[in-house]
Order: sequence, then C-alpha cells, then structure tokens
Amino acid sequence: MIAYIIRRILYAIPILIGVNLITFALFFIVNSPDDMARMHLGMKRVTDEAIVKWKQDHGYDRPLVYNGDQPGLSKVTDTIFFQNSVRLFVFDFGVADNGRDIGFDISQRMWPSLAIALPTFLTGLLVYITFALLMAFFRATYIDVWGVILCVMLMSVSGLFYIIGGQYLISKMLHLVPISGYDDGVHAFKFLVLPVLIGIVGGVGGSSRWYRTIFLEEIGKDFVRTARAKGLRETTVLFRHVLKNGMIPILTGVVVAIPLLFIGSLITESFFGIPGLGSYTIDAIGSQDFAIVRSMVFLGSVLYIIGLILTDISYTLVDPRIRLQ
Amino acid sequence: MIFGIILEISASGLQFPENNGNLVNNLAVGEFRDLVKNTATILLSLFYASVLGLSGCERQAWNNPYPTTEAEANILYSAFDERPNHLDPAQSYASNEIEFTGQIYEPPLEYHYLQRPYTLIPLAAETLPVPVYLDEQGHTLPTNTPIDKIAFSVYTVKIQKGIQYQPHPAFARDEAGNYLYHHLSAEDIENAFELRDFPRTGTRELEAGDYVYQIKRLAHPKLHSPILGLMSEYIVGLNDYAKRLAQEYEKLAAVQGEPAYLNLHDYDFEGVRIVDRYTYQIKVHGKYPQLLYWLAMPFFAPIPPEADKFYTQPGMKEKNLTLDWYPVGTGPFMLTVNNPNREMILERNPNFHGQTYPTTGEPEDAAAGLLVDAGKMMPFIDKAVYKLDKESIPLWNKFLQGYYDTSGISSDSFDQAVKIGADGEAALTDEMRGQNIRLVTSVATSTSYLGFNMLDEVVGGDSERARKLRQAIAIAIDYEEFITIFTNGRGISAQGPIPPGIYGYREGEPGINPYVYQWRGGKPQRRGIEEAKRLLSEAGYQGGIDPETGQPLILYFDSPMAGPGAKPYLDWMLKQFKKLEVQLVFRNTDYNRFQEKMLKGSAQIYRWGWNADYPDPENFLFLLYGPNGKAKFKGENASNYASPEFDALFEKMKNMDNGPERQAMIDRMLAIVRRDAPWVWGLHPKAFGLLHSWYTNAKPNQIANNTLKYKRVDPELRAELRAQWNRPVLWPIVLLLVIFVISIVPAVQAFRRRERMAAR
Repeated sequence: MIAYIIRRILYAIPILIGVNLITFALFFIVNSPDDMARMHLGMKRVTDEAIVKWKQDHGYDRPLVYNGDQPGLSKVTDTIFFQNSVRLFVFDFGVADNGRDIGFDISQRMWPSLAIALPTFLTGLLVYITFALLMAFFRATYIDVWGVILCVMLMSVSGLFYIIGGQYLISKMLHLVPISGYDDGVHAFKFLVLPVLIGIVGGVGGSSRWYRTIFLEEIGKDFVRTARAKGLRETTVLFRHVLKNGMIPILTGVVVAIPLLFIGSLITESFFGIPGLGSYTIDAIGSQDFAIVRSMVFLGSVLYIIGLILTDISYTLVDPRIRLQ
Repeated sequence: MIFGIILEISASGLQFPENNGNLVNNLAVGEFRDLVKNTATILLSLFYASVLGLSGCERQAWNNPYPTTEAEANILYSAFDERPNHLDPAQSYASNEIEFTGQIYEPPLEYHYLQRPYTLIPLAAETLPVPVYLDEQGHTLPTNTPIDKIAFSVYTVKIQKGIQYQPHPAFARDEAGNYLYHHLSAEDIENAFELRDFPRTGTRELEAGDYVYQIKRLAHPKLHSPILGLMSEYIVGLNDYAKRLAQEYEKLAAVQGEPAYLNLHDYDFEGVRIVDRYTYQIKVHGKYPQLLYWLAMPFFAPIPPEADKFYTQPGMKEKNLTLDWYPVGTGPFMLTVNNPNREMILERNPNFHGQTYPTTGEPEDAAAGLLVDAGKMMPFIDKAVYKLDKESIPLWNKFLQGYYDTSGISSDSFDQAVKIGADGEAALTDEMRGQNIRLVTSVATSTSYLGFNMLDEVVGGDSERARKLRQAIAIAIDYEEFITIFTNGRGISAQGPIPPGIYGYREGEPGINPYVYQWRGGKPQRRGIEEAKRLLSEAGYQGGIDPETGQPLILYFDSPMAGPGAKPYLDWMLKQFKKLEVQLVFRNTDYNRFQEKMLKGSAQIYRWGWNADYPDPENFLFLLYGPNGKAKFKGENASNYASPEFDALFEKMKNMDNGPERQAMIDRMLAIVRRDAPWVWGLHPKAFGLLHSWYTNAKPNQIANNTLKYKRVDPELRAELRAQWNRPVLWPIVLLLVIFVISIVPAVQAFRRRERMAAR
C-alpha cells in the first residue's frame, strides 16, 4: 500500500503543474499586470510611472512564461509563471499583492472554516444516514413515501433560501442566536449553531435520498435475505450488513470531501460573517490578487488529491477484498 | 450559573422569562408530556448554557453577538464590508481606509465638524498656514501679486507643543535609553504575530520633523503613494527626490538586503524643510491654495522615523507587522485589533492631547441637539468596534436589533425604512419611528454622470452637429426618473459638474443648465422631448435617422456593468434613447477591458463618477481640463474634453482665492461645458443614514474623515432597548419538538410491530 501511495503522490506532481498552468493562463487572459497594478494602486490619479514601479516591486515586470532576453534556463525561470509557481511546491505561498503573508492568512482563516464545516459534516452525515436508514427500514410505507417527498422538497430549495430564511426565523423573529459574527473558543458556539443547523438541513434532501437508494439496493441483495433467513433482527440486518456494505459508495463521496473542509464555504461564511477561507479566493479574484488565487487553487488541488488517496485507503478498511497495489 | 428554566403557558404561547428559577414544567400535551418535558429541558438548558451561561450574564439577549462584558460599555458598533488594503497614510486613499486612518493620524489641519460650507481649521497646527509668495530669485512678494508673477509659495506650519504619540513598541526604550525593539533578531521576531507580542511600549512628543518625514515618504521607492505624481508637480524637487531615493535605496539594498532601511532624514530636498522642533515649511511651485486641503488629509500626517525603523526590520513584513497594518498616530484613537477578516477595533488613545467639541455651527444645529456637548472634551466613546459584515441582510437586521448604532439603507430595505411623501420628501416608516430611529440625509460631494468620448467621430468633437446631438441626448435621458427608479429618490439632478456644498455651485435659477432645464414654478423642469428631437434634427439626424446609412442612428454604450442590477439599468437607458428613435447598442466588457477602452479613448458613451478629494471647484472642473485628457495624458478627464477657453479659465481659476472674481470665472466655465455637453450631468447622490436614539452628535460630513471623536453613544439606553427588542421566543421550538415526537410515535409502533413479525 505504501508503494501505491508514493506512486499516487508522484502522479500528483504533473497534475499540480497542470493546474498551476491552467490557473495562470485563465487569470492572465482576463487580467494583465497593468490591470492588477491599477486595481491595487486605486482608481484615482494612477500614473504610468506608478504602474511600472508597482509591477517591478511585485515581480510582474517579467514576461509571462518565456523570457527571450535571458540566456539558457533563465528563459524559463525568469518569468512570472516560474517565479510565482515553483515555491508553491514547498508550500511557500509567499506574500499577497497587498503585502500580507498568505500562509499566515490561511493558517488564521482555516480554523473558523473548519469550525463550521466539521460539525456540519459529522452531524450531517449522522443525520443523513439515520434518515436514509429510517426510510429504508420503512420502505414502501407512508414514512418512506413522505420521507422521499420531504427530501425532494428540501432538495428543490436554494441553499441561499435556507440561510436567509434561517436567519430571519431563528435570529430575527425568535431572537435565539446572533444573526452573524464569530468569536474564539467556546464563545464561537452561539455563532456556529445556526450555520451548522442550516448546513445540515440544507443537505438532508439530497444526501438522505442518495443514501436511501444505496441502502435499498443493498437490502435487495442475497446476503441480506440470507441474514434475515437466519433470523437476525431487522436492526441487526440494517446496521451490520446493509450499512456496512453500503459504505463504499458513501465513502466515495464523503472521504474526498474531508480535506476540503478546510477550504470553507463562500456563501455561508459571507452571510454569517465567519472569517474563514470561503471568501478568501473570491475576494482575491475581485481584487485581482494573483498571489492568493494561485495559492488557494494550488491548496485546493492538493487537498483534493489527498482526499482521493484517503478515499482509496478507506476502501481497504471497509472492504477486505480490496488491496491497493 | 444555574441553567434553570421556567416554561409557562400563556395566552400567546410559551414564554421564556429572562429571570432564572427552578425547572418547573407546566406543560401538558397528553401522553407525550414527559418526553416533551425532558427533551425541551435538555435542549433549552444546553442552549441557554451556551448562549448565556458561558458568557456569564443573565441580562444579555441571546442573539447578542458581542461579549457580555461589553453590555453597557461606552463602545460604538459599526460594520465594514471590505477590508482596507492600506493603512499607511502615504498609500491609503480609499474611503474605507480613511475611515480608520482619519481617526488615528493627525494632519496639520481638519474641517470644522458643523460649519458649512466646509471650513478648514487647525488640528495639530497652531494656526492655518498662510503662504508667502516668492519670485524666481526668492524675494518675498506681496499677497496681492498676480498669479503669473508668483514663482513659489512657502507654507510655514507651526505645530502645537506637547502632543504625544500613542503607546507603541517602536518608542520603547531600556533603562539606558536605547530602543528596545529596533535591533531585533530573527528569533525575536519568530514568535511575534501581532503588535501586542512586543510587551513594552513608549511614546514621545510630536515634532515637525515627523511631518517632513512623511512628506519624504511620499517619494519612497518601496511605497506606492497615489499622490506622488500630483504632488511632484507642485512640491519643489519632489520628482527628483523620488529618483534620488530610488538610487539610494538600490545601493542600500545591495548592502543590507531587502528590506533596506532608508532614513529619510539623511536625504533632504528643497520642497520641505524643518525650521525648528515645532515648525516646518513646504515650498510649492507657483500659487497652489489647494495645498491646504491636502494638509487636512492623512497623506500629510506625521510618521515618526522610529516606527519606520521598527517596521523595516527583516522578518517583520513576513509577519504582516508593517505600518500598512499597524498605524502609529497621535489622534484620539489607536488601532488595537486589526483582523480585517473579522473585526477592527479602535480604542481611545491614552496619550491623546485632548480637543473640545465645537461651540459653533449652522443655525439649525443647536435645535438638532448638535451643540449639547459644546466645549466638552473629546472623544466621547472609549472604543469603536467594526465588524466585517459583507451581506446587507444580516447587517440591516443587526441594526434593527440594536447591534449596530447606525446604518445606511440598501435598496432591499429601503421600503421598510423610508416612505417618500407626495412632495418627494423622505420620511421614516412607522416601524422605524416605533424604534425611535432617526433619519439624516445629505447630498454627497460627488457626481455620477454619463460621458461622451469627445474623440469619437459621431458624438465627440467641437462641431455644431455633435454638440446638438449631445444636447438632445442630455434632454432625453430623464435623470429625475432614474433617481426615482434606481436610487429610491436618493439624489438630485446635476446641473453641472459641481455638487452642492462646493464653492461655485449656485442654487436656484442661476444654477440651472439652460440647455436641459427651464425654470418653472420655482424649480428646474426638464425640457420636453420635442425640443430634443428638434436639436437632433438640427444635428442632421431627422427622426433619429443617420443620413449616411439611411438607418436609425446607432450609438454605443460601453459599460462594465454586470449582474442582475445591470439589465434594468441598461433597459432603461435603451428606453431613453428610443425617445429619439436612436438605437443604443451595449458593449459590455469586464472592468479591465473597460479601463483599457477608456485609456485608449475608444469608448463612445460611458458612465463614470467622481468623489471630491476636497471641497474646491478645482477638484471637479479639472475633470474637464484638456491637459488632463485620459487618452492622451492619462489624466482624469475621461471624456477627453478640450476647450481652449475653458482650459485658459481653469488655469486662472484653479489657484485663485474664493471671491466674486473666481465665482464669475466658474460661472463662465460652467456655461461653456453646459453648452458643449461633454457629459450628461447625471446626478449628485444623496446619502441616507439611520441612527438609533442612543447615538448622538451625528451630523453628515461628506468631506471630513476624522469624525469619530465627535460621536457619542448612551450605552445604558442601548442595553435597555436591546434587551427589550430581543426577548427570546421559544414556543415555536417547543411546538416543533412536540410535532416531531407525535409524528415519530406511529413509526416506533410500526418498528416494534415489524420486529415481532416473522421473517418474510
């Protein structure tokens, strides 16, 4: 398995180079270094000299990907792409175009993101699986029918509606928790209750319905019939046989998301005033801060690759028949 | 903390009293009573514990986002939706940055808080500096010397004695008098993440040299001051000084590495000099009275060299420990928390020299309660907390709950807050009045206009044809309708580039644009569309038909607008041109491409705006000055308008003192541009603000940026009203639990039944 993991990590390097190249191309198709300078210098009284100076100071006075004026390898290395990308591979994110240390900002902002994402993820998983098992248990009864109808209804509602509706009902009408904000430590609890609750409710429809389908597929299989024939209780059948065998498709969607929990959610964090990473990339795109954009895209790619590797590893844990070679 | 809860059934449902007591459950809902009781108790207890118990206060409303220790503290609460990029006064220019730097730094001058028109008064300076005019040889000239004879103006600024800086580690010294934190090693900096990680602080007296140091910083090669270009035209030798500093910095950096510390006191130039400990001089080319306005902006605030030295140490920038992040000032407040991902906190500067609230204002100020604190020492609040709230809905709701002291009004909440009467007057809705909220309005010192590119072959140029086409369009675009539809009445139609409140603006009939309006019934009335059509015909476009093609005239509107708000606006604009049977084509681009078009002068019609830097007509009329053309000279004249007569008048007017002669000149300039119509003059926005009853001394001031010191809050009244407005309502939660339990019972029964069944 170790050889497999090492191989997967090595595969990741060309993927990350590719992701960097695409990010770079997409960003500079839309924004030129002059545009970036203008944006950072403000929109009033920006002179050409100031633009030239800003580009020099931020390393954007080099050619984008090929420097014909330089000898040898410098033709490639003395470029904006190389100078900005190579350090990422040792997780040196450098300094944002506004002068802030990106690594420091990420380390500060990932915890609030995690504070929402982790409880939402764990509690949500528990709720979704429980609800799906409930519907599977009462399959073809009114509970199942109304459960599916409820799921479809919940799926049909926009996530933004849950946020605005939740804030209106829970915070504005009932005055139970603050509408938005954040605090450190245990004081964060009152700010997290509502976004976590909304996050869970918002995901009930889609996830429970998906898990229900998985469980129903498993319930119809021979080993379940055999288990029942042995006289096992229905709960035992559900939890020890159906749930366990339904874990592979569930894990496929779940484990890959675990590392990405750090990245946060744009809309939730924006509406609830959570100082997480969710809006970091979007703000950077808005302010044309390429240093942050490339760092966040790189980080997202790395976390996604880690998620995929973890998913593969998790398969071996729930299904002894799978071997990673 | 005891988490006792009393659940009572009242006529209106379950209430949750604020006082604590033992758990007594009177709930009776049939056979689920025990279950409901236990569930509700556990949940609500946990809830109560988390919301209140952990914060240790019983009076606190559950939805209060602030710590309970702040419940009755003398704190002002506000919000920001975008983090400031720069807090270094040499670089900071945006309004959301000056909102903070204005409270921290003290330039020599400031604007009178209450008086209108806006009046400069001394802040750190002892008196308003009076320029001394010199000829080429340096001889002093009389004050009435004609402008063209004045070679230089020298402003001598004398600052007050005894002003101290805020406590800051840059000033901290050991017993021997050596600076504690000016020679930090990498290890010292390794564990420092915020300014408070340097435990010792110090202060020192403000000196004239600090102002000189800051003016020199405008030319620092590692700073990007937005006014360097402009100031280089005026401050003698600044341009060459910037080049010299760049060379010196390179030499130093080659030895010291980056960042190199450039002690600017080692490098002097002619334009600025220290006279004595409390006096300095600025020398500018010619006559430039607008310099006084710049002296009221943080660009000209003092920076102690110690702070520069402290922050330039290797490793500091990597920790975000920079002057751009942690300002050092002498003002009434100091930035103690700078986490713009969450909050920024200004606290009272313990070393503030003190200043008294103004004793005079406009005639109506006394009746409005704005002189209650006259003569009292400022600031009135201990702390100002700014929370990051990006979305308008939570921000608005928190204002209504009393968690922000003041609020603007977004389009979403406008109808909830304001009703416009038949006479067009804005008044608060009953809901707002019920909360004793007050409305304050003021016309912004800014202008929003629709511009024609004067380099364009169709709409531009000085021909009579093009002029009449522009005049026709100016009449057709009904900005009164625009203001009603798109700004909820928050604006006034512009009659020219100069907004109200700025010298040169004329009220009433003499102030109207006669090419677009007539004076009827005591107010300006837009000329009829027939007149616009007539002008269009005279321009050669009879019935909107382009004689060259025989087809309707096609014009192009270049716009970076996007999103849901763009379409209604563009549709409306289409309708305005349709009145003339002219076809308008939108060329939507992203903002970068739009900027590019403007710089190249390839746009045809565009929308733009300008906020005043200072209350002088020069700051608006320069937007139409030929040598400021955007395409040719990269200036701020986005329409590339050039009129020799206007330009000649502008050159004379810009450096004149206010008076009848200047007013006459401005009138003539306005007449020229109204006739030439390089802009459809658009509107001057009107700012609407809502204030809670506990928030006082708030008079809108569109120019001054250091107004926090004047504001006062009544924390006790605020705490009382917050508690009153935010009583928790629990019965729906309990009801929901009951419904949940009721619905689950048949399922449990079915489960049991199924468990007893034989396998199928």
